[in-house]
Amino acid sequence: MKRVVVTGMGAVTPIGNTVADFWGNLIAGKNGIDKITYFDTSDLKFTLAGEVKDLDVAERLDKITARKTDLFVQYALCAADEAIKDSGLEGKVDSERFGVYFGSGIGGFNTLAKEHEALLTSGPRKVTPQFISKMIYNIAAGNIAIRYKAHGPNMAVSTACATGTTAIGEGYQAIQLGLADAMLCGGSEAAITKLAVAGFGNCLALTESQDKDAASLPFDKRRGGFVIGEGAGALILEEYEHAVNRGANIYAEVCGFGATCDAYHVTAPDPEAKQTARAFTLAMGCEKVDPAKIYINAHGTGTLLNDKTETLAIKKAFGDDAYKLHVSSIKGMTGHMLGAAGAAEAIAAVMALKTGTIPPTLNLNEPDPECDLDYTPNKAVQCDLELAFSDSLGFGGHNACVAFKKCK
Amino acid sequence: MVFEKIAEMLAEKVDCDVSEIKGDTKFADLGIDSLDITELLMNIEDEFGIEVEMDTSLVDVNALVAKIEALTAEK
Repeated sequence: MKRVVVTGMGAVTPIGNTVADFWGNLIAGKNGIDKITYFDTSDLKFTLAGEVKDLDVAERLDKITARKTDLFVQYALCAADEAIKDSGLEGKVDSERFGVYFGSGIGGFNTLAKEHEALLTSGPRKVTPQFISKMIYNIAAGNIAIRYKAHGPNMAVSTACATGTTAIGEGYQAIQLGLADAMLCGGSEAAITKLAVAGFGNCLALTESQDKDAASLPFDKRRGGFVIGEGAGALILEEYEHAVNRGANIYAEVCGFGATCDAYHVTAPDPEAKQTARAFTLAMGCEKVDPAKIYINAHGTGTLLNDKTETLAIKKAFGDDAYKLHVSSIKGMTGHMLGAAGAAEAIAAVMALKTGTIPPTLNLNEPDPECDLDYTPNKAVQCDLELAFSDSLGFGGHNACVAFKKCK
Repeated sequence: MVFEKIAEMLAEKVDCDVSEIKGDTKFADLGIDSLDITELLMNIEDEFGIEVEMDTSLVDVNALVAKIEALTAEK
């Protein structure tokens, strides 16, 4: 099996539109959640979101892309562009050995809502011919490949809120198996629409909190649902020898992937948490590491069920060592970026490993007896890490976990 | 009149200066595909109050202008 390393990263998030800004704000504990500005919320119970701010897509990409693509594709392309530039891969990889596994939980939700409105108000002649090619969820992967002439394996992943993590794990395996020398992997989401907020809200996933500093509350006793976020994360995964031979900057080695399914309920996690635990165990593989040098970037959505079930899963996977692990959820700062969450959080895990700094779980002030691990509350912690996990759990029962270690 | 309006719409669509759009400018040379032309026709329908069907013989600006002028004359 080939070894796989991370050689480039890009992020568009509610707390920064580059990896440097995102990471700087993560360790500073900046809150990216505020009142929804995209639409009128006066008839909604749910009024907060982690919106991406001040992203000039025409400047980062070009005016035509800004006009012809859905927002989720724009986020994807901005993150991909940063990752490509960061990696220095362009022109250094055989285009037929360069692939893209990039997903979205939903796809072009804004485009779908807008064109459906056009259909209802003006009739079928007024539905834009670009509708389908803007909206379908695989089109971020397609657009990335077009932009960087990536003729290798290309697939759109959708495992709801686990999408970003699944894409990274599958890309890792594609390189391990020798299907590609480099893979651009990640996820993107731009679903802060009234329809989505009403839908997530009505299935009891969203918090009704109106207080932006006490809304996204991972592992806190007061938690009452997640806050919807958006953005994108992109990672360049590369075959180890390929990266070394071209003198690439290596952030970390990808050393494990676990993918399982609860096969229990469409939205609720299995309370036994057996399959979530198994995703951790699979990702851990044969690595033997001091548990005090392990960081888990948790899914930690701030819903009642997720956080206690995920905690149980970590305990089942690590036994008594679970209490020695460093855990945190960055969703207190970003909200839940849905299909992009796993990708942005993998970047956070890689940066934690590289810099020895663990980003905090913001807003964690009231401990819950059912969530009794070390979640790194409110303040970043310095620790020389050896291994970092990023796990994501999605509607449909998807459990995905990737592991990174220092590249030696 | 029709030419100026179409030139303006095209320039905005491809993000170029309106002076770059000539009568013999081919859509392919502007990097415009059939989906873009269909969308342009939809905007033209709104602008001129006519109905235009997608027509693959429309390869350049002159052809499109002639078609729109004929349709507006029929109105």
